[in-house]
Amino acid sequence: MNDVLELTGIGKTYAVPVLAEVDLTIRRGEVHALLGANGAGKSTLSRIVAGLVTPTAGSMRLDGRPFAPLNKREAELAGVQIVQQELNLIPTLTVAENLLLTRLPRRFGVIDRTALHAQARAILDRSGLSSLPTDLPVSALGVGQQQLLEIAGALGRECRVLILDEPTAALSVAEADDLLRRLDGLRKSGVAIIYISHRLDEVARLADRVTVLRDGRRVHTGPAEGLSTDAMVALMSGEEIRTRSAWTSFATTQVVLEADGFRAPPRLVDGGFRVCAGERLGIAGLVGSGRSELLRAVFAADRAAAGTLRLHGTAVQLTSPAQAVAHGLALITEERKRDGLLLPLSVRWNTSLGALPSRFGFVAQAAEQQLAEDYRMLLDTRCTSIDQTVGALSGGNQQKVVIARWLARDAEVFLFDEPTRGIDVAARRRIHQVFAELAEHGKALVIVSSDLDELLETCDAIVVMSAGRVAGRFERATWTREALMRAAFSNHLTTAQDVA
Amino acid sequence: MTQADHTPLVSRRPRLPPSVVQYVGLGAALLALVVIFGLASPSFASAKTAASIANQIPDLTVVAVGMTLVLIVGGIDLSVGSLLALSAALMGAALMQWHWPLALAIPLALLTGAAAGLLNGVISVWARIPSFIVTLGMLEAARGGAYLVTDSQTTYIGSSVEWIGAPIPGIALSPAVLTALVVVIVGQVVLTRTVFGRHLIAIGTNAEAVRMAGIRTAPYAITVFAVSGLLCGLGAVMQTARLSSADPNAAVGLELSAIAACVIGGTSLMGGRGSVVATFFGVLIIAVLQTGLAQVGASEPLKRVITGGVIVGAVLLDALRQRLAQAR
Repeated sequence: MNDVLELTGIGKTYAVPVLAEVDLTIRRGEVHALLGANGAGKSTLSRIVAGLVTPTAGSMRLDGRPFAPLNKREAELAGVQIVQQELNLIPTLTVAENLLLTRLPRRFGVIDRTALHAQARAILDRSGLSSLPTDLPVSALGVGQQQLLEIAGALGRECRVLILDEPTAALSVAEADDLLRRLDGLRKSGVAIIYISHRLDEVARLADRVTVLRDGRRVHTGPAEGLSTDAMVALMSGEEIRTRSAWTSFATTQVVLEADGFRAPPRLVDGGFRVCAGERLGIAGLVGSGRSELLRAVFAADRAAAGTLRLHGTAVQLTSPAQAVAHGLALITEERKRDGLLLPLSVRWNTSLGALPSRFGFVAQAAEQQLAEDYRMLLDTRCTSIDQTVGALSGGNQQKVVIARWLARDAEVFLFDEPTRGIDVAARRRIHQVFAELAEHGKALVIVSSDLDELLETCDAIVVMSAGRVAGRFERATWTREALMRAAFSNHLTTAQDVA
Repeated sequence: MTQADHTPLVSRRPRLPPSVVQYVGLGAALLALVVIFGLASPSFASAKTAASIANQIPDLTVVAVGMTLVLIVGGIDLSVGSLLALSAALMGAALMQWHWPLALAIPLALLTGAAAGLLNGVISVWARIPSFIVTLGMLEAARGGAYLVTDSQTTYIGSSVEWIGAPIPGIALSPAVLTALVVVIVGQVVLTRTVFGRHLIAIGTNAEAVRMAGIRTAPYAITVFAVSGLLCGLGAVMQTARLSSADPNAAVGLELSAIAACVIGGTSLMGGRGSVVATFFGVLIIAVLQTGLAQVGASEPLKRVITGGVIVGAVLLDALRQRLAQAR
């Protein structure tokens, strides 16, 4: 039997279905590429196979036997290894300790250093990393080497199916080349490789078969041979372009903010945009293309290595978010729990933060209460009262609280970073209305989203970023999904040639 | 019979603010201690004991108020005992060696504490070094400074300062106690009623969120350490008055008593949560425990064992109360 892994009707539903009725067969000794736009379900599917996520529908068979791993360890013991984008190494431990962390060789209860390094050496040699010292702390390695080390670790275990999620994203061209050669060798030894990558030229070069997911469903599986990168993009985007309902633009020609040449290594290479009063400007791009980094650099939340900012034509140098706010900027951050909200505190306090009404340094309690109530009504925030803890609210209502804070504070330029990620449909619709209301009042909006449909629905124009650079600006009148998608992939397709 | 005739549903009862629930709990704990010691020692429950306890605590009270603010913003100040000793040493030197009037020696003590506290804040905030480490260094350095100033000798000052710690006829409380009460009230008002206090709590809860909201956090953190130092200077004046002398060995381990008072009052060492009034309850509980145990004739080792148990027990109770409140 040539099939090693068989998926039947796999589905996963959180609040909404993210994956539905996926049938897929992985063959022994093949490289099977998994393609799709952001949020198409690639990661969820691979995490289900690796035991990190339990499916809500469907079943799997491994080597003909039922396979339903409850956790990563069970999947690993069955021979399914995953190397994820976020590395799982412990920086302070050595290469050898990281490789053998779950099964450190012991003698009389203490770690047997000699055996540890010998075993680690053997694993590294087998993966072609013979030049890597086993006693080096992982923190001393570059990101690329760390990635290779994780792959070596996965191969060091019993390995029948190897899942690689964007393995070359952090690698240099030479390292990526080397990895692809090694994967080719691995395929010949009979290991099945599930390969997720945004670098379509790599897929064309390496994959035997290609599966394309779109909106959580499998839309295509077939041989990689004869499938051009253009055809892949077309499959991922879905050809049909939805007809738009009437669009009202509030964009003026008065430029409010110009950001130019922003650089923040490692992700942001050269980013910028210009936005006019009343304009809703989207920023699209693949995950990791430097969109969020651009917003954070403009807002001076992170220090940029380079970049110039002009407000109403005048150059300004911002060194802190406090200065950005003083110049009329607002940033609704991507990680609302980490750097947006005071989770254990009330809706009232979270709303008024930064816009606290006061008299002689004393909080004007009644005015504060009024403010919180007003914005709760305005945004239809669902909470038992404004004194409820923000941590107890749903994601959508938490996001409304963050937005309320900036509406209360008021600004000239609103920067939204993934404003509707992980929130319910009703909250999302209300937030889209807020975009229109702000634009109508002459505010300039910059909206970063991984959801291209959201930007197509809500923006006057879209700037596409690819691999840290601006790949183009598209106006509502002329844009097509396919052109946007192609732009998002553009710098990935040419990376190899550029450097070579 | 209708529903209204029965006891009202728990969820319908207007809920007391959490702070009130907490104060009632702390007051009950304090009362329990008083009753226990009153039963164990007939002489305990008297106005005399009360006055004696009150006149012992003003220095710990003001230092613990400063500590509460530092803990709320997410820091810690280990140097309070040493800052108090250094301020007291300089005050003693000013009075006895340089023959300054008291009206200048007191501001000198306050300024000394505030300046050293400011230094703590500036180093830890600008250099991004944990305040635990900076103030640990200050604990050593300021103690050394106190020895240098006094030549390691206790400076006897005498009657010129004693009035500060002596009960005022008629109200039985000393000017020091009254000052400490004012500090507690001002501290609580600042914390709960002002923008400054609100921002302290916000920073202690999530400093990054506050920064991203466009609020500069550094001035707040620095100010809090300076205030803690200033209150150490004030504590130095109170202690000097109580002992009639400036002792370079004074207030060793005060940081631990102050932190204990804060945590008994429910202040979180992780920042973002705390109350000055609750800390004052913590000070009272510690003081009653100390005096009561001494009166019933407990040995010094036993006193320490019991005090330690009470500190952990109080925090345990507070943690349980919070978990219950969240479960509801």
